Amino acid sequence: MNLPVKPNETNTAVQNLYSDAYDWTNQCVKCGYCLPACPTYESMGVESASPRGRINLVKMAAEGKIDFQKDLAEPIDLCLGCRACETACPVGVPYGHILEAAKEAVENSPSANQKNKMTKIKKLALVHLFPYPKRMNRIGSAVHLYQKTGLSKLIRTSNVLQKVSPALAHLEQALPAIESSSKRIRTGTIMPAKGETKLKVAFFAGCIMDSMMSRINRLTIELLNIAGCEVILPENQNCCGALHSHQGETKQAKALAKRNIQAFMQSDSDVIVNNAGGCGASLIEYGHLLADDHEWAGAAKDFSEKSKDISQILYQLGPLPFTEEWQGIVSYQDSCHLRNVQKVQKEPRLLLQSIPGVSYVEMEGFDRCCASGGIYNLLHFDESMKILDEKMKNLKETKATTIVTVNPGCQMQMSIGIQREGAANQMKSMHLVEILAKACGLD
Amino acid sequence: MKKEALDDLSQVIPGDRMFLDLAERYCYSYDASFGEYLPEIVVQPKNAEEISEVVKLANTHKIPVYPRGSGTSLSGGPLPVKGGMVLDMTLLRDKLIIDRENMLAIVSPGVITANIHKKAEEAGLFYPPDPSSSNVATIGGNLLENSSGPKGLKYGTTKEYVIGLEVVTPTGEIIRTGGKTVKNVTGYDLTRLIVGSEGTLGIVTEAIIRLIPKPLSKQTFVAHFNHLIDSGHAITSILSSGILPSALELMDNACIRAVESYRPSGLPLQAEAILIIEIDGHPLAIEEEINKCADICRTEGASYVKIAETEEERQTIWSARKLVSPAITQMGPTKISEDATVPRNQIPAMMEKLNNIREKYGLNLVVFGHAGDGNLHPNIITDKRNITEMKKVELAVSEIFEAAIELGGTLSGEHGIGTLKSPYMEMELGITGVNMMKKIKEAWDPNNILNPGKIFPDKGQTKVVLVT
Repeated sequence: MNLPVKPNETNTAVQNLYSDAYDWTNQCVKCGYCLPACPTYESMGVESASPRGRINLVKMAAEGKIDFQKDLAEPIDLCLGCRACETACPVGVPYGHILEAAKEAVENSPSANQKNKMTKIKKLALVHLFPYPKRMNRIGSAVHLYQKTGLSKLIRTSNVLQKVSPALAHLEQALPAIESSSKRIRTGTIMPAKGETKLKVAFFAGCIMDSMMSRINRLTIELLNIAGCEVILPENQNCCGALHSHQGETKQAKALAKRNIQAFMQSDSDVIVNNAGGCGASLIEYGHLLADDHEWAGAAKDFSEKSKDISQILYQLGPLPFTEEWQGIVSYQDSCHLRNVQKVQKEPRLLLQSIPGVSYVEMEGFDRCCASGGIYNLLHFDESMKILDEKMKNLKETKATTIVTVNPGCQMQMSIGIQREGAANQMKSMHLVEILAKACGLD
Repeated sequence: MKKEALDDLSQVIPGDRMFLDLAERYCYSYDASFGEYLPEIVVQPKNAEEISEVVKLANTHKIPVYPRGSGTSLSGGPLPVKGGMVLDMTLLRDKLIIDRENMLAIVSPGVITANIHKKAEEAGLFYPPDPSSSNVATIGGNLLENSSGPKGLKYGTTKEYVIGLEVVTPTGEIIRTGGKTVKNVTGYDLTRLIVGSEGTLGIVTEAIIRLIPKPLSKQTFVAHFNHLIDSGHAITSILSSGILPSALELMDNACIRAVESYRPSGLPLQAEAILIIEIDGHPLAIEEEINKCADICRTEGASYVKIAETEEERQTIWSARKLVSPAITQMGPTKISEDATVPRNQIPAMMEKLNNIREKYGLNLVVFGHAGDGNLHPNIITDKRNITEMKKVELAVSEIFEAAIELGGTLSGEHGIGTLKSPYMEMELGITGVNMMKKIKEAWDPNNILNPGKIFPDKGQTKVVLVT
């Protein structure tokens, strides 16, 4: 019988993985309870696309039995990171941590040659774009211009993007209409509560949210204001680092986290609110990310404890002052990171049900990842679409005309799904904040 | 794997359902038990015809074949102990027909067992066998391992519900056994022989299973006992009172402590045992029966009895039982889960013997299980990297089986023999008994192709070896 032994290798990637993740992989009792929860196991049908399989492969890599690039990289890369397996696991294996340790080890393994290193697009975005709010804003403005000038129409009718990359073409069409930068709220601004101040809130604007979806950010702040929050948008905040962690760029994720902690801890607020499931999950895990850093561990823990999703705060302070009736059936697609990591499930649903006129229908498989997965839908387009198409079948059965999400990635993915179904005339995807703001007459 | 064998195999199975790369092979090297064996190849067949061809080729090229469902086995059932080929059966999941008039389900082997429960209930029917892995496990694996879960007490085990099979034999023929009739006495009962054969006598490609009417309602209560012996008496008194509970579960003090330190929920730390009893049937009948059972527990010395009045209270009672697994794995990364089963009047005696084994070896040994049918789950929690302790575990495991057999019980109530219990087969069946079984295996599988290394011990093997 083969027994695990401490790898006797000089390979530092093996040793790092052994010291970071080996004990976690050993917690897995291989019961398989995670299998039915995993969307990629369902769509791909092989054990290497299941959480149990991936955990075991990480363990094999940490024992030096398999090669990081040849054997581990692909199964790990094909994971959506939705972490539904964590909620199904009877023994609490920290899959998310194992996944991130594995990604880091794959990225830094000596066998990683140039070809296998982060692709150029990924590197460009992660290292030179997301961390810099000004650059992100410039892109936002550029896209705004692109949409306003009619170039977008030209590109769409010419079908040129489809020929370059179907993934990019889908994404281009799913992009929301971007507001001009003049409407964007500047950092450092304090926006007082309407009426009595019940709570002092610092708002986490995010990188993609801030540049591409600044309208949702603006509406979030207005909603918080009418719910009784004084909102401050702290200066010098930046990208949460989730995408970096997910791609194995832990060092950069830590640097971003520290800058955020510094920015928010200076603002005197009761809570830190965000409106994107993925970012929120990253924020509540700063405590874990910096647990070994003596200088930052305490502040990181405090920061994480203060971080809340917008739905939690609006529900806590509600009911909202609705002014308009909503027409039609509404359904809700959970954001995996909101549901599985932040464990927020009931608040978005209760808020939706509280809108006058809403007929709320739960979709079969609402807890199943939509396969947006950060930038998974760009990196693994075909696999992502397979999972999305299954979801759209379930969504159609609800007869919903509005599908609501609480994460920009999910929202765009659902828009892609609606386009693929050719259902853009009957159905639309909205962020929770948008539908609530509309019903409160803010839009 | 030899090139000719691989070439022949490629004629039957397309490349995208055949895996030779190391990562995928490692992914089929384990199950939920103990041990890791790397197969040479993994194949995902889609129908009986493909399996038949594959098995014929395996006979030609003398390649061991290991059928596998979701890999939830706790006894090593699907482990490829002699290398060879793992046959992942999970793609055979197309058929799940509920035949209401005949009260039957006709299913493909890769169907998840919980889906059968769901479809049967939608038709007002009931498939009672319910292993705790039913949300994950495939029906094919359940049938071949004869795994049943907590409802065996009232409703019997899996083998009671299988009345017909389509099977690929170890030499690659496709045969049918039994059929759609509840009564069937034509010839040898091959259905029963194959169910529980742990994949050594055939690969199930379709099963006909019997369904029964769904009970109208159920009620649950919990009873705490300060003395284990009293809980034993309560069990026997209930079972001899003319009431047959649908579940009668037991947790020992070590379990109670583990659950309470994992998630404090007010469990009694001083109690030596907790019983959870569920009764199903007509609402009027179970109302009377549940009160009677509760009275029996009080008379036998229960320190606390609580009948659930709402569904929420019912869930709270069961949550203690469901927390056992996560709670005990906090004590160590390796869990050796046994299912030694004794006649139910011997439960107190078995509990005492298990206690002695725990003391003697100083191990983390907790006991829970389906007390109503004598099916106990002694679990040893350890760390397989600790070689000294593992050696003690080997001895303790041997003694657990000896204890069960001495009390007139059996090696396995529902997990199967697999690799972990094969050394003890002679202890229960005697040499002649084991030889009779071996003769059947040899007659069906002359080349020893199908799931070799299971049920029967290797020559000279007399006890389980967990570490070398």
